[in-house]
Amino acid sequence: MTEVKAELVGNLWKIVTVVGQQVEEDDTLMILESMKMEIPVTSPVNGTVKEILVKEGDVVQEGQTVAIVE
Amino acid sequence: MPLRRVLVANRGEIARRVIRACHDEGIEAIAVHSDVDAAAPFVAEADTALLIGPGPAADSYLSVEALLQAARDSGADSLHPGYGFLSENAAFARAVEEEGLAWIGPPSDVIEAMGSKLSARTMMAELGVPVVPGTDGPLADDGDSVAEGEALGFPLMVKASAGGGGIGMQRVDDPETLRTAVATARQRAQAAFGDGTVFLERFLDGPRHVEVQVLADSDGSVIHLGERECSVQRRHQKLLEETPSCALDAILRRRMTAAAVLAARSIGYISAGTVEFIVDARRNFYFLEMNTRLQVEHPITELCTGVDLVRQQLRIAAGQPLDMEQRDVISRGHAIEMRIYAEDPVRMLPSPGTITEYQEPEGEGVRVDAGVAAGSAVPHFYDPLLAKLVVHGSDRPTAIGRALAALDGFRIEGVKTNLTLHRHVLASEPFTSGEYTTALLAEIGPPPRAQQATSA
Repeated sequence: MTEVKAELVGNLWKIVTVVGQQVEEDDTLMILESMKMEIPVTSPVNGTVKEILVKEGDVVQEGQTVAIVE
Repeated sequence: MPLRRVLVANRGEIARRVIRACHDEGIEAIAVHSDVDAAAPFVAEADTALLIGPGPAADSYLSVEALLQAARDSGADSLHPGYGFLSENAAFARAVEEEGLAWIGPPSDVIEAMGSKLSARTMMAELGVPVVPGTDGPLADDGDSVAEGEALGFPLMVKASAGGGGIGMQRVDDPETLRTAVATARQRAQAAFGDGTVFLERFLDGPRHVEVQVLADSDGSVIHLGERECSVQRRHQKLLEETPSCALDAILRRRMTAAAVLAARSIGYISAGTVEFIVDARRNFYFLEMNTRLQVEHPITELCTGVDLVRQQLRIAAGQPLDMEQRDVISRGHAIEMRIYAEDPVRMLPSPGTITEYQEPEGEGVRVDAGVAAGSAVPHFYDPLLAKLVVHGSDRPTAIGRALAALDGFRIEGVKTNLTLHRHVLASEPFTSGEYTTALLAEIGPPPRAQQATSA
């Protein structure tokens, strides 16, 4: 089980995966918006999206766990 | 009608810049701010400050209703939009005009005409100003973009007609990826501007971005203040600018500045404005777009010409004629602006946070336009520009030397900054030779690790 963490504070703009989806390492799970820039949050491993812990529009803190990939 | 009280509808360094110009002209400046900006320097420096909403720009700096209400509450007689936010929003400019306030910028119909890149291209072509070869009109929703792309030739650029800040803009190298790029650009433009109109332009060989500053008054006098070289870019956003441009000789400069003046005069331009061109490897120039506002990089023009562009905007908005003629504008020496961003210099990722230590460089020919001070918050809601470091010297090598010394004297702690990236650019062979294009940053790559360590 791998926790996916946000690299920096920002607004969660878009979630582009769903729970149960197969993902590969570096696949984009969701997109953060910070300082007018879009920053993809990617999967650190190959696996299945187990949980998405945030919703679109949330403010996400640096280091916050936003998803779990198994 | 003289201006008494200006509402400054912006934040950060440009709000401070406008407030300073207002005070120089003996005019009161009203700041508006979001809650997260309450302790920002521009709020303290204004004569009055009004809270207009929470952090997200949509609820504060982009809220037309909140800004108009602030203007009513403060008794402002005029409004300066700065750059970004609503500065090129024709509907906002019209609402300000209808409110009976002076809009410190061009008339709303001029903003509207130039706001569509497609209609601006058509107008310039009709005037005989060269435009980048491209599709005649918008790409049809169900049209065959690949056929249009092949007719134009690859590589090409997909662009949003309502675009700005590089949004909806993408280089495409082959027909296979064009359809996806068009769909993405359309989607992004729709989300950002509410207008998904896109078109194609040929990607020119060895492109440089060179723009011409113009000033026009309401009596129809139009002058130019020379060019600015803006080719040092990443993600189609400017990082460092200089004037004069190494790409222009006297003849090309005369032709481009004449085209800019013609363009401004023909559309009934009033206030400070900028005509952007692309210059290709064969020194052909093409109209790109007109920015109907003050530019971020306006200080380099001020340092070389001695003309205060914001004070000129205030005087023009008050209906005063230009107090200079073309022959009075003399550009001296060389100036460079470095945009200091809260950004990781290698990965170019933003770095919001709080500034713990802040010390500006000083010295001959050094100017810093900053939005922050020690203790300032750098909120994630807004763009990452912390300050503009601007230097002037008698010639280009002197200016580069002063830029490097000033970067060394700039101390910012608490957030990551791109100071090392600027050192890397200034020391690079393409930059020192003056022979660079918009590909400069891609060519030289990120700054070396050792350099980062010494600056940490």
